Amino acid sequence: MKLSPDVTVNVQIAREHGLTGEEYRRILDLLGRIPNLTELGIFSVMWSEHCSYKSSRPFLSALPTEGPRVIQGPGENAGVVDIGDGLAVVFKIESHNHPSFVEPHQGAATGVGGILRDIFTMGARPIALLDSLRFGDPADPRMRFLLNGVVEGISNYGNCTGVPTVGGEIYFDDCYNGNILVNVFCLGLIKADKVFLGRASGTGNPVIYFGSKTGRDGIHGASLLASAEFDESSEEKRPTVQVGDPFTEKLLIEASLDLMKHPWVVGIQDMGAAGLTSSSFEMASRAGTGIDLDLDQVPRREKGMTPYEIMLSESQERMLVVVEAGHEEEALEIFRKWDLDAAVVGRVTEQPRVRLIEGGDVVADLPVHVVVEGPLSLKRKIRRPNYLDEVDHLNLNDLPEPDRGDAALKRLLSSLNIASKEWVYDQYDHMVRLNTLVLPGSDAAVLRVPGTSKAVAISVDCNSRYCYLDPFNGARIAVAESSRNLACSGAFPIGLTNCLNFGNPEKPEIMWQFEQGVQGIAEACKFLEIPVVSGNVSLYNETRGIGIFPTPTVAVVGLLEDSRKHMTQWFKRTGDFVGLIGLTIEELGGSEYLKVMFEQVCGGVPTLELRAERQAQEFCRELIGKGFIASAHDCSEGGLAVALAECCISGPGQPVGAAIELESTIRRDAFLFGETQSRILISFSGERREEILAAAERSGVDFAVIGRVGGEDLSVTFNGAEFIRTRVEVLRNFWKGALGEYARQVT
Amino acid sequence: MVDSIMKSAVVVFPGSNCDHDCYHILKHVFGVETEFIWHKEERDLSAFNFVVLPGGFSYGDYLRAGAIARFSPIMKAVTRYAGDGGRVLGICNGFQILVEAGLLPGALLHNDTQKFICRHVYVKVENAATAFTRTCSPGAVLKIPIAHHQGGYYADRETLSRLEANRQVVFTYCDESGRGGEAANPNGSMNNIAGIVNEAGNVLGMMPHPERVADPLWPDVDGQRVFQSLIESCASPAL
Repeated sequence: MKLSPDVTVNVQIAREHGLTGEEYRRILDLLGRIPNLTELGIFSVMWSEHCSYKSSRPFLSALPTEGPRVIQGPGENAGVVDIGDGLAVVFKIESHNHPSFVEPHQGAATGVGGILRDIFTMGARPIALLDSLRFGDPADPRMRFLLNGVVEGISNYGNCTGVPTVGGEIYFDDCYNGNILVNVFCLGLIKADKVFLGRASGTGNPVIYFGSKTGRDGIHGASLLASAEFDESSEEKRPTVQVGDPFTEKLLIEASLDLMKHPWVVGIQDMGAAGLTSSSFEMASRAGTGIDLDLDQVPRREKGMTPYEIMLSESQERMLVVVEAGHEEEALEIFRKWDLDAAVVGRVTEQPRVRLIEGGDVVADLPVHVVVEGPLSLKRKIRRPNYLDEVDHLNLNDLPEPDRGDAALKRLLSSLNIASKEWVYDQYDHMVRLNTLVLPGSDAAVLRVPGTSKAVAISVDCNSRYCYLDPFNGARIAVAESSRNLACSGAFPIGLTNCLNFGNPEKPEIMWQFEQGVQGIAEACKFLEIPVVSGNVSLYNETRGIGIFPTPTVAVVGLLEDSRKHMTQWFKRTGDFVGLIGLTIEELGGSEYLKVMFEQVCGGVPTLELRAERQAQEFCRELIGKGFIASAHDCSEGGLAVALAECCISGPGQPVGAAIELESTIRRDAFLFGETQSRILISFSGERREEILAAAERSGVDFAVIGRVGGEDLSVTFNGAEFIRTRVEVLRNFWKGALGEYARQVT
Repeated sequence: MVDSIMKSAVVVFPGSNCDHDCYHILKHVFGVETEFIWHKEERDLSAFNFVVLPGGFSYGDYLRAGAIARFSPIMKAVTRYAGDGGRVLGICNGFQILVEAGLLPGALLHNDTQKFICRHVYVKVENAATAFTRTCSPGAVLKIPIAHHQGGYYADRETLSRLEANRQVVFTYCDESGRGGEAANPNGSMNNIAGIVNEAGNVLGMMPHPERVADPLWPDVDGQRVFQSLIESCASPAL
């Protein structure tokens, strides 16, 4: 789009900016005049789906956002939850899907950069990153390129900033062939009474820009790249992807945290999507003020940039801060120490307008509320998709019941969705800052809270196959599983952030999925008492009319009062007993087993009864708290058999076998490979057996002792007949190398 | 805990990110009075018993790891300090900076995997008679993590023979039982070299991170040996 700054704006130009005719008419009505090109550009980004949430906002009110520990819920850069000792955690998850598909390395890297800024902008020291990544059919060579690029981008950026990447998840499914997902989570630590907000308060206060210079990169990233479907021209959008500079980000972190030690900092905000536009308008909006911005003062990479380009640039690693008048020089001194560009670029005004000044002339003048609150909440149509009637049946009688389970177990363990993610996390510095108590490879990441005896646990989850078959229950399961992972590490959940990845919202079927997904998260969060404190919506994950499976990724954050009492998933000692918490139901719908062995994605999703879920989690936490057990592992994809194998082979030392005996009236493949929820595998010494059985009796949870740890084989007998017997060394080889072998193949 | 007059400096370059970790271990685990020194300072370091150049990505590792940091004002003082016999420990990026500054021979190339690697590895103490290893038994195997992209140690043949002859190779990568060789070499380092000392024995560079395995909160504490040795050798220099 090359337009002269003097062009007269019309509806055609508005459409090229991604605005609808109706939206353009609304702008004319609210302004009472025709906007100039710079002003139109500002509307186009601020009213984009990406920035305005105009399709999704009406549904999000269903989410529970309050709780006794919540200091800051949705609406700011990130959510804040009290963890006691005068401290709080700040966290959020955010998507960088479209940029990562177009340019995987930089797209993923700048995704990390953006979420880091959301966290330290609040005054928090970022201490952990996690990622939820989704790729398409592994057989497509482009997926290998994208996997390598995304992982390298995250590795490069995260490692350089000195924030450890401590966990995450990776899935492959054909539904992501045209739209991979890169969702990045960050958690920071802050003094509970030192939370900074993005507010431009105090008439006359200076507005200071600091960080990288503004260039012509990323213009229209938010409006045209993030807020539209992909098509044949997507490759041409590569110039809208920004390029990350992790070194400058590291300096920004340190300079910002230095700066925020001072009482004269009024408000601070990063320049993310829509750059200088969103940061200035949002800061003014939250404070009920205005800002006069002198564009001549904005540090620029090149000469001749127009106000339009300066305001719409999405150059990375830039911040805006308002300080009390008279403290400009002290602030600039801090930025000089860190060799960062910085300049006073404006003043807070009483009049709630943002005015842009260039060469002494006002080149744009917009009322803040019209820009920020102007976009209509769209009443998108909703319709239950027809495909559901085709996929909701699964007759187990149509599936041959295997005599033995060894082959299926090996295939599942080497399925890229289940195989060890070591090839990935080896590339991430997951230890820096010395907080990581549980390294990647267990159910949840656990980090100590420096200066206290506490620890936080984090797990990010979503099984999008379930969400495709049943978005409501799939989303409930995502919340339940994530918080179950925390329970397995000994933590109780204190807050949740979500990244809602869906297709084109203009389709009623997509909005039905969206509504169901949000409702599912809401129901599970209410029941499990987990407040939703931040989130992100990513729509238009669709290419040539084919949308992704609904993917409402959730990250749940938990707390351990005593960091020493954290738990890991692998068996610890030969001779220990193995116990299974939770009831197994005869079902295989939506399972990895069904997909891998029969190439089917159908059936009802696994059963989740929230009361049983809460009971199982509480029971697991109780056993860990009392020091009764040596391991705890959630049963998820691949069911009980895969969970057992992982207990044997995922520890840091030599693998250890187990002998398991099961008795049941249900099909053996359903028992071993079905994915019924609310089940946890534990191991414990014989001395604890009676206490644990008594505790199970008291709590009313379903519990059975099913075997012993030891030997060189994982063996499972089912109703007296051997179903699985394989050396754990062999199982480990299948599981450990699969992803790395895939990623390293040359095509 | 050590005598409270023991003092150490941790140099902070723009992009250092293991500076806090080193500070934490020295100050809170070993009780050494520790001070951060900003790289722009041109101060005399002689008041410190030893100086640590921590890991991280000084100047983003742009150009080449350590290549820009060696021009930082503080490096003049570090060079002078080392020349006067002061003990300097460079970890990871610190090692890379020492090599770029010419305080240690050789170079650190990109890992032969062409990937960043973060994981626990084993290193063998090849020389237990240095100021940095004197509390280790000769041939001891330590479990210490690495976290780097440019850790492949390289030197020309002549330099390598000199290093070996002078017993300047202090740590080599090995397996759990102390065996070296290709299989135990994570990054393509020549002769499996993980850490070397200068000829005078007062400057050590190592790619593994001893500070990551030195806090008793974790089960692995082999890294304590390096700091313990350094502290003891400063307290009683004669071995």
